[in-house]
Amino acid sequence: MITVFDRPEALTSAKTHYCPGCTHGIIHRLVAEVIDELGVREETIGVSPVGCSVLAYNYFNLDMQQAAHGRAPAVATGIKRVHPQKIVFTYQGDGDLAAIGTAEIVHAAARGEKITTIFVNNAIYGMTGGQMAPTTLLKQVSMTSPQGRDAAPQGYPIRVSEMLATLDGPAYIARVSVHTPQEVSKAKKAIKTAFEYQMAGVGFTLVEILSTCPTNWGCTPKESLRWLVDNMIPVYPLGVKKMVEGVKV
Amino acid sequence: MAKVLMKGNEALAEAAIRAGCRYFFGYPITPQNEIPQYLAKRLPEVGGVFVQAESEIAAINMVYGAAGAGARVMTSSSGPGISLKQEGITYMAGAELPCVIVNIQRGGPGLGGIQPAQSDYFQAVKGGGHGDYRLLVLAPATVQEMVDLMEKAFDLADEYRNPVMILGDGILGQMMEPVEFSEEKETLRQEKPWATTGAKGRNPNIINSLFLDPAELEKHNHHLQQKYDRMGKEVLWENYQTNDAELILVGYGTSARIAKAVVDQARAQGIKAGLFRPISLFPFPKVALQEACKKAECVLTVEMSMGQLVEDIRYNLEFKVPVHLYGRVGGMVPATRAVLEEVKRLVNSGKAGENP
Repeated sequence: MITVFDRPEALTSAKTHYCPGCTHGIIHRLVAEVIDELGVREETIGVSPVGCSVLAYNYFNLDMQQAAHGRAPAVATGIKRVHPQKIVFTYQGDGDLAAIGTAEIVHAAARGEKITTIFVNNAIYGMTGGQMAPTTLLKQVSMTSPQGRDAAPQGYPIRVSEMLATLDGPAYIARVSVHTPQEVSKAKKAIKTAFEYQMAGVGFTLVEILSTCPTNWGCTPKESLRWLVDNMIPVYPLGVKKMVEGVKV
Repeated sequence: MAKVLMKGNEALAEAAIRAGCRYFFGYPITPQNEIPQYLAKRLPEVGGVFVQAESEIAAINMVYGAAGAGARVMTSSSGPGISLKQEGITYMAGAELPCVIVNIQRGGPGLGGIQPAQSDYFQAVKGGGHGDYRLLVLAPATVQEMVDLMEKAFDLADEYRNPVMILGDGILGQMMEPVEFSEEKETLRQEKPWATTGAKGRNPNIINSLFLDPAELEKHNHHLQQKYDRMGKEVLWENYQTNDAELILVGYGTSARIAKAVVDQARAQGIKAGLFRPISLFPFPKVALQEACKKAECVLTVEMSMGQLVEDIRYNLEFKVPVHLYGRVGGMVPATRAVLEEVKRLVNSGKAGENP
């Protein structure tokens, strides 16, 4: 018998707590597959955030640190400065990264910290029950924007990848999605490039991954994929936002 | 090794290097800037890393990451910055990570001022951030003691896997005194099998303070409390002229230096005064304090606060001896003359033995 599909070594056998239709599971798997393919599972240290993926340390079969809300890039900076030869990544949601942790991500990027950030953007606070996030779209209904997000009192969604791409420190920044098998495949390629760029020592790397939250968006998993395509991608266009040329990986 | 004349802040920084510290993450704030400035120059010379963080919050979380990665690491700040660091400090206490944090105290509350104070005592010895936790808190009174305690601080941090705070003040940080350093110890290779270094040939290590199961979290808290109880043997103190003292002055750090001069002057005027100086503020040298105050009719704490240490002195003397307070705040420093007047007033009033 030939095994054609199995759990990556970089994932544990623990059952995840993620809701049905949430794409965190796919993204975890992509990160794990990339780590396995690069053969760096025993050289990698991950940092989990506060938010839906707070328990990522139970799911990745790696050395992991759990960080305070928004501080994962600072924690990763501390780890990488001690172990410059190891691979260090953070796994963060949009509330963690683009609200409470804005200073930490901007300055880790500006310093060109040789880490990789996996930024999962589902336009809402999932763990706490669906409150408005910094990435919540205009008119999007959430528990704290019950009439729909209105720019006048509540401001505009932040395009993190485009913002960070203006800095000199980042070496690779891309936005991808996982709503179809084709996009999943592109997402994996982007994650792999980010890790390879980190290993090449060129600078800060980030992959923003658009993700669904059927539970807090109030729709079925299938509907949520359609909602992402119709509403998120126009505001958060996919593609490579920054890529330093001439890097041999 | 010959003695050198150094500022307290710089001596602390050099002592950290001698103690094997190779990583510093911090943010500028007066009156401790000489620490990061010294280390920005010195750490690269010894193969270490200095990072000026974007905030105090980022700095302490970099310390968290580096400590979790197995390094000897430190940060330093003053009141407003230490308040910002409380988030990372409680996470480090919860995740049992060793580090050294220096607080060169200045006047508060709020932005307060930049002159010396001791008004962060409660914050330092009662935990400081959310949750039940403690720091080991060491309070030097001379530049030499800053050096000696710095070396000890890193060893204690590693031994107990807990943050250690050096509680100084703007005077100690800025004053110059002759100091002598011991040779650097071979402490860098201390085994930390729990650190996240990449799970090579072993199960993954996880640095974490989250326990969603209440029973597990209670168990974790009990484990931490047992550790804090074990720290009790680390008590440090100094007695000065306490054997026959009828009035005991109590102070730490800069205030203790002033109180010591007061003891001499009081004795010259026939008043049997003595000084008890706690060096470890947590754990507090309770038994030694009680012993020193055995013959005392009263105690007078001298502190640069509105009365913080005084509460712990009353508590640790179990309210058996009246404890009075002489405090100056806002960057104002107790004058020897004024404290002596207070001593004489207490003695002559005939009310020294009554509760204030």
